[in-house]
Amino acid sequence: MTASSAPVQYPLEISGLSLSFGSIEVLRDVSIAIAPWEFVAVIGPSGCGKSTLLNVLSGEVIPSSGLVSRYGQARMIYQHDGLFPWQTVTENISLGLRSIADDNERFRQLQELLELIQLHGFENHYPHQLSGGMRQRVELARVLAGNSDVLLMDEPFSSLDYLTRLRMRGELTKLLEDRPRTVVLVTHDIEEAAQLADRIIVLTDRPARIRREISIHSPRPRDLTDSVVVDTTRRILAELDMDTVTEAK
Amino acid sequence: MKNEASWSVVLPVILAAVLIAAWALLSTTGLFPASAFPAPMAVLQAFHGELTSGRLSNDIVTSLFRVCCGFLIAVGCGIPIGVWMGQITAVRLALLPLTNFFRNLSPLAWMPFAILWLGVGDAASIFLIFLSVFFPVVLATLAAVAGIPAVHFRVARSYGLRGFEKLTQVTLPAIMPQVITTLRVAAGVAWLVDVAAEMIAGRDGLGFAVMDSRNGLRTDILVVEMIVIGIIGVLIDRVLVQLTTISSVRWGYDR
Repeated sequence: MTASSAPVQYPLEISGLSLSFGSIEVLRDVSIAIAPWEFVAVIGPSGCGKSTLLNVLSGEVIPSSGLVSRYGQARMIYQHDGLFPWQTVTENISLGLRSIADDNERFRQLQELLELIQLHGFENHYPHQLSGGMRQRVELARVLAGNSDVLLMDEPFSSLDYLTRLRMRGELTKLLEDRPRTVVLVTHDIEEAAQLADRIIVLTDRPARIRREISIHSPRPRDLTDSVVVDTTRRILAELDMDTVTEAK
Repeated sequence: MKNEASWSVVLPVILAAVLIAAWALLSTTGLFPASAFPAPMAVLQAFHGELTSGRLSNDIVTSLFRVCCGFLIAVGCGIPIGVWMGQITAVRLALLPLTNFFRNLSPLAWMPFAILWLGVGDAASIFLIFLSVFFPVVLATLAAVAGIPAVHFRVARSYGLRGFEKLTQVTLPAIMPQVITTLRVAAGVAWLVDVAAEMIAGRDGLGFAVMDSRNGLRTDILVVEMIVIGIIGVLIDRVLVQLTTISSVRWGYDR
């Protein structure tokens, strides 16, 4: 879609993107280029248009103006209920393996994914029989299955309890080590962004513009108490004008 | 008798025994004439007579045949039309008022036309049963389709499910729990309508048998038929409730 002849082909690129729903301006002049296997977190005040940005990236929503280019297959992970409740764990994951024609190969990859998310023994369980954390692990296996290139995550861990959320961050890091993907994570969890992302994009209030981009040059996995995570958290809080407590000290 | 399961058998049996005892006691007092208030023993004898003559089993088979035909045809037409209305706005807008009208028109009001058009027999009853099942099934299916969370269709699209695959792997399984609940209710209604239809537009079947017993003042046989009609109604629901045990629909009932 873009006319540029840039040397790097970005899996995801938007430029000069604006979007309005009726008279409500949601996004204004947003430009982001995401490199292959980069992990970008998008943070902003609630209702600022984070999820809308993700829907533009997935192609679900057509922007009012600006360019969107996307290479490869993008898949979305939802907050909850993204799995089909009428399908078993195996059936849900197999949805991501539909492009593989060979039955044996598909079975082999399914076993590998089950191994990866440690849900052997739960193949024939239905989502409502699993815990919230297990369900999100199945979602992860489904989006990682086959040859997906881009993962779009819409607050994937926000409906989980705190400890499960911490564990899921570790799992996600491990899974991405095994199967690298380009990731865009929309979250309101600042720690989560600081722990996981290579780059954090902080959005303003609606209409959302990019307020700040913060790059984190530190390998994963990162511990919650690593100084880089703590520092980044503090910086994001400052960007969101939530640093009053820090200043009071 | 520690658990609820055994109480759920024992208590109703005790209650039934008490009621039958009271019935027997009342009929021995002679307060009511035997023709208006048959004694349990008379009913038991009538039951034996009806069984050995083969009339009862013939009527049961006839009525069940009609209910099955009417019900299955109505469900077979109602679910596809409901899905169609649920998915295409123009179809829904066009058909919904008409569907609501017919859903609220008692199928029994069709009786004169059913007899005029189809005569007395199987076809008239099946037609009335069809009407009693078809419209509720259409409306329930339509509501269920309209209520499918949008996220399911977004997931379907991103994994390349379209057309027929989307229908069989997303739309239909998503509405199944609600549709099954509707089928249970509709089957109960169908059974009621069948008996009523046979009372007027029948030459056989349990409804006709009830009318026949009334005309012959055989209240003992009448009671036999009432008991059989009630038991079959319960059994029909017991059969349909099995649908809710299918593992791929449990999600609709377990949470």
